[in-house]
Amino acid sequence: MESFFAMGKYAAYVWPAYGASLLGLGLAVAFTLSAYARAKRRLAALEASE
Amino acid sequence: MNPFSAILFRDMRLATRAGGSAALALAFFAAVATLVPLGVGSDLKLLSRIAGGVLWIAAVLAALLSLDRLFQSDFEDGSLDIIALSPLSLESLSFAKLFAHWLVTGLPLTLLSPLLGVLFGLPGEGYVPLMASLAIGTPAVSAIGAIGAALTLSIRRGGLILPFIVLPLLAPAVIFGAGVVLAALDGLSNGAIWLLGAFSLVTVLLAPFAAAAAVRLNLAG
Amino acid sequence: MASIFEFANPKRFMNLSGAILPWLSIVCVLCLAAGLYLGFTAPPDYQQGETVKIMFIHVPAAWVAMMCYGLMAIASLLGLVNRHPLADVAAKTAAPLGAIFTALALITGSLWGKPMWGAYWVWDARLTSFLLLLFLYLGYIALWNAIEDETRAARAAAILALVGVVNLPIIEFSVDWWNTLHQGESIIRSGGPLIAGVFLWPLGLMAAGYTTLFFTLWMIRIRTEILERRARALQLGAT
Repeated sequence: MESFFAMGKYAAYVWPAYGASLLGLGLAVAFTLSAYARAKRRLAALEASE
Repeated sequence: MNPFSAILFRDMRLATRAGGSAALALAFFAAVATLVPLGVGSDLKLLSRIAGGVLWIAAVLAALLSLDRLFQSDFEDGSLDIIALSPLSLESLSFAKLFAHWLVTGLPLTLLSPLLGVLFGLPGEGYVPLMASLAIGTPAVSAIGAIGAALTLSIRRGGLILPFIVLPLLAPAVIFGAGVVLAALDGLSNGAIWLLGAFSLVTVLLAPFAAAAAVRLNLAG
Repeated sequence: MASIFEFANPKRFMNLSGAILPWLSIVCVLCLAAGLYLGFTAPPDYQQGETVKIMFIHVPAAWVAMMCYGLMAIASLLGLVNRHPLADVAAKTAAPLGAIFTALALITGSLWGKPMWGAYWVWDARLTSFLLLLFLYLGYIALWNAIEDETRAARAAAILALVGVVNLPIIEFSVDWWNTLHQGESIIRSGGPLIAGVFLWPLGLMAAGYTTLFFTLWMIRIRTEILERRARALQLGAT
C-alpha cells in the first residue's frame, strides 16, 4: 500500500497529474450538469406560467 | 483610377498621416528593439543570437497595433457599406487593404531592420537573410491580421481581442522567419526561406476570401 | 416571430440525445473505472518507471483536445454552409470542453516531462503545439463572447475555427521543424507499436472513457443551450 502511494519515487508527479485531471473533469461535469438543471428549471417555470 | 487602386492609395494616405499607423508601427518597432537589450543585458554574443527572433517579434507586434482599425474605421462611418455596393468585390477590397497595410508597416519595418540589427551586433552574414525573411514574411502577418481585423470589426475595443485570435496563427511566420536568420548565422541551410515563402504565398492568396466572408457577415447583420 | 423551434431538428436532437445519454454515461463510467484499475495495477515501465501511469491520462486528454477541434471545425462548416440551426450550437458548446482537455493535456504533459527532462516546461513540439491549440480555443471562445449579435458571433467564430483548422497542421509542422532545428529533447513517447500490451489496455480504456465523457458532456451542453433558447423565445413571446 505504501509503495502504491509512493509510485516508485514519482509520487510528486503522478498524483498531482491525476488530481488535476480529476479536478478539471470534475468541474467540467459539475458545471455542465448544474447549467443543464438550471435551464430545465427555468424553462419549466416559464412554461408553468404560460 | 480603378476602385482597387483608389482603396489602396486612400488607405496608404490615411496611414501615413502624422500620428497614423505607419509612424506608430515604426516607433513601436524601434521601441521594442531598444528595450530588449535593456532587459536582457548588453552581451552582444547573446543579442546577436536572438536578433532575428526579437526583430521578428517586434515586427509582428508593430503590425498588430494598427490592424484593428483596418476595416473598423470604414465600418463605423458607413463607407464599408458603400464599398460593398460598388463593383469592387469584397475580396479585392480585402486584398487592397491588406496590401496597403503591408506597404505602410511590413515594408518600412523591413527597410529599418538592418539599422536595428546593428544595435544587436548582428554579424554581417545575417543582414540579407534578416531583410529577406521580413520582406517575404510580413505579408503573411498583414494577411492573417486582416482576417482577424475583419472578424472583429464590429466589436468595440476589438483591438484587444485581435492579437489573441491572431497570435497562434502567426506562429509559423515567426518560427520560419527567425529560422531564416538563425540558419544564416549557423551556416546551415534549413529550408526556412522556402517554408516561409510558401506560408506567405498561401496566406496572402487565401486571406482575402476569409476576410471578405467576415466583412460580409458583419455587414449583413 | 418564427423561432428556430418551428424546425424539427432541435426536438429530434432532444429525443435522440435523451435516449442515448444514459447508456453513454454508463459506458463512460465503466471505461474509466476499468481503465483506472488496469492503469494502477500495471507494472512500472522499465525506462519511465511509474511516470508511465501519467500517459494514461495525458494521451487521452490530448486525443480528445484534437478531436474536439476537428468536430468544432466540422460543425462550423455545417453552420456556415448549410445554416443548420444546431451546428452553431454544437460548435459553441464544444469549445470550452476542448479548452479544458487541452489544459489537462498540458498539465499532465508537463508533469510527465519534469521527471524525464528535469523541467516543468520544455519547448518540445508536442507541448508547444498544444499551448498554441489552447490559445486557438480561448480566442474562439473570446470571439463568441465579444460579439453581441448571436448570429454574427456564430458566423465569425465559424470562420475563425475554419481558418484555425487549416492553419493547425501548418502550426504543428512549423513547431516540429523548429523543435528539431533547436535539437530539442525527445518528444514524449506516447503512442504506436512501442507500447507494451500491458499498457495498451488501460490506455485504450481511458481513451474510450475520455471520448465518451466528452460526448456525454457535449450532448448535455447542447441540450442546455436548446432549453435556454426555448426559454428566451418564451420570454420574448410573452412580452
